[in-house]
Amino acid sequence: MDKILEVTDLITRFHTFDGVVHALSGVSFHLYRGETLGVVGESGSGKSVTMMSLLHLLAAPPARIEGGRALYFGDNGPLDLLGLDTAGISRIRGGRMGFIFQDALSALNPVMTVGRQISETLVEHLGMTTARAWNRSVQLLDYVGIPEPGKRAAAYPHQFSGGMRQRAMIALAIACQPRVIIADEPTTALDVTVQAQIIDLVLRLKSEMNMSVIWITHDLGVVAGIADRVMVMYAGTVVETAPVDDLFYRPAHPYTIKLLGALPKIGQAGNYRLESIDGTPPDLLEKPSHCQFVWRCDHAGDRCWQDIPQNREISPGHQAACFFPFTDKGVR
Amino acid sequence: MKGEPLISVQKLTKHFPFRKGWIFSRKAGAVRAVDGISFDIFKGEILGVVGESGCGKSTAGRVILCLEPPTSGKVILDGRNITRLDRASIRKLRPRMQMIFQDSYASLNPRHCIGSIIGEPLRIHTRNTRQQIRTRVMELLDLVGLNPNHYNRFPHEFSGGQRQRINIARALSLNPRFLVCDEPISALDVSIQAQVINLFQDLQKELGLTYLFIAHDLSMVQHISDRVAVMYLGKIMELTTRERLFANPLHPYTQSLISAIPIPDPEKERKRVRILLNDEVPSPANPPDGCVFNTRCPIAGPQCRLLEPESRMIFPDHVVVCHKADRNNGSLITDSTAPL
Repeated sequence: MDKILEVTDLITRFHTFDGVVHALSGVSFHLYRGETLGVVGESGSGKSVTMMSLLHLLAAPPARIEGGRALYFGDNGPLDLLGLDTAGISRIRGGRMGFIFQDALSALNPVMTVGRQISETLVEHLGMTTARAWNRSVQLLDYVGIPEPGKRAAAYPHQFSGGMRQRAMIALAIACQPRVIIADEPTTALDVTVQAQIIDLVLRLKSEMNMSVIWITHDLGVVAGIADRVMVMYAGTVVETAPVDDLFYRPAHPYTIKLLGALPKIGQAGNYRLESIDGTPPDLLEKPSHCQFVWRCDHAGDRCWQDIPQNREISPGHQAACFFPFTDKGVR
Repeated sequence: MKGEPLISVQKLTKHFPFRKGWIFSRKAGAVRAVDGISFDIFKGEILGVVGESGCGKSTAGRVILCLEPPTSGKVILDGRNITRLDRASIRKLRPRMQMIFQDSYASLNPRHCIGSIIGEPLRIHTRNTRQQIRTRVMELLDLVGLNPNHYNRFPHEFSGGQRQRINIARALSLNPRFLVCDEPISALDVSIQAQVINLFQDLQKELGLTYLFIAHDLSMVQHISDRVAVMYLGKIMELTTRERLFANPLHPYTQSLISAIPIPDPEKERKRVRILLNDEVPSPANPPDGCVFNTRCPIAGPQCRLLEPESRMIFPDHVVVCHKADRNNGSLITDSTAPL
């Protein structure tokens, strides 16, 4: 399969008054054309920072991208996103890669009608006239399932309900037919019934428009339903990447295993205890010098305290950053 | 259900009137946050309440704890109606019932050390000496799994899960019998959620507590509750044991809610069919006529738009408010979607 995005050794740090926050310490992953990559991890694990680093969305200072490469394979050959200037990244952002944020109310401009916000993108990226862009915006709102799109295009974001706002933002993200959609916890603030509607919508759009999707979430249930491959992040590193079935049925990294154990089993009634992960994620103010999960790991050996584990292939397409991963043979 | 009810809620209603106009304002209507709910909570039981945002589950919890007066209806605690009491009498009830809120940070005073926060109920409600209070706070910190040496630390020095433990310790300081937990884990990460849920279960066994557990996460509610009430637009749609609710849901709303829970199992996810509800929840200020769910219901008929359904007990321990629900309508959910 063709890659559309390849990120190698991305290092992002925040220089704050308290010291240097090691938000990302060498993140590598790739995205194939037409696939959905689920990115899971707890808050502070670096899921959002990774994607925002790629599109230059982090405020600098305090953020500084201190290493790595992010190749985007467009029609005109590979392009390093990290090396682009403001004009260059503006063409990618919104044009080639669309971003759906978690909080639609603060992501949309409160003093501009929804239709105008979408038109603005179209005028900017595709050079449409204002009138044509407005008509196209109405079509887009209709396409994402907003009733009475002509009327709603003239409304302001606060006049939309939570689910409708999320739909409007999706319309904005797909306006220029991007190749890649990055969805950053787009359903976390929504109710389950509305969440199901939005997931349905994004998957429909993905297949109709032939896009690749990166879906950031902390909900492993959502990932199981939509992702082709899953990447698990912990404390600024990628700890495991695998096809979705491998990740859920044959997890290799102790963190993934514990994360899956911490979920209540649907349909399994009875009084069993959830397997909690003791302790808390590490303080990112300290420069990592060993495995970041070592404090909470039941199986850590001496080596885990001395070296940083690199991602190693466990089976085709399945990688884990652990010195003692669980494998099919049960050998650690 | 075993035993006698600790709390009995009868036709409880809470309306928030809103006014129109500025100078000559007049009553324009009311948001019917809670609209005639009735249920019992038995001693030592965990009753889960689920529903989408705006369905009135938090308001119900607040009214039951006398944090707000009801518009009508009764809450009976140990045989005594507690809804029309004066402030002093309510205050006397406080040690017996406590609340744990969703936002663990906003519910702790940032300028007090946690020892003083947890000890505050003891200072107000008991005549214990400072030394006695200190000892009790140490005990409580130990009980909820915090280090008693952190007595003098401030809330910002703790993580989200630890702060929720502080809230739990404070709620337990007066040995309450009844706790209302309003989305206590929804702001926490998965691995921390499991810690806090286990703590709730341990405390219940150890201290014989009774919980009203409000949440929107059905899988956690299923894990912790003995019985579950499903709310929609201020009304209870279905109330039954968790086994029955998840194995044999009778109300179409419950069925669609359960079908929308993401299951962390790729094969089950691929096989199942979601019942997608159209639209969104109507405004509680202007609920639809007839059954409140009829605007989104996939099987609504003419009588659903005209008549409000009565609450019916279809099986022992299984109450459902729907015209169309009967003993064997598993029809909405096909076998492949049943989570079992």
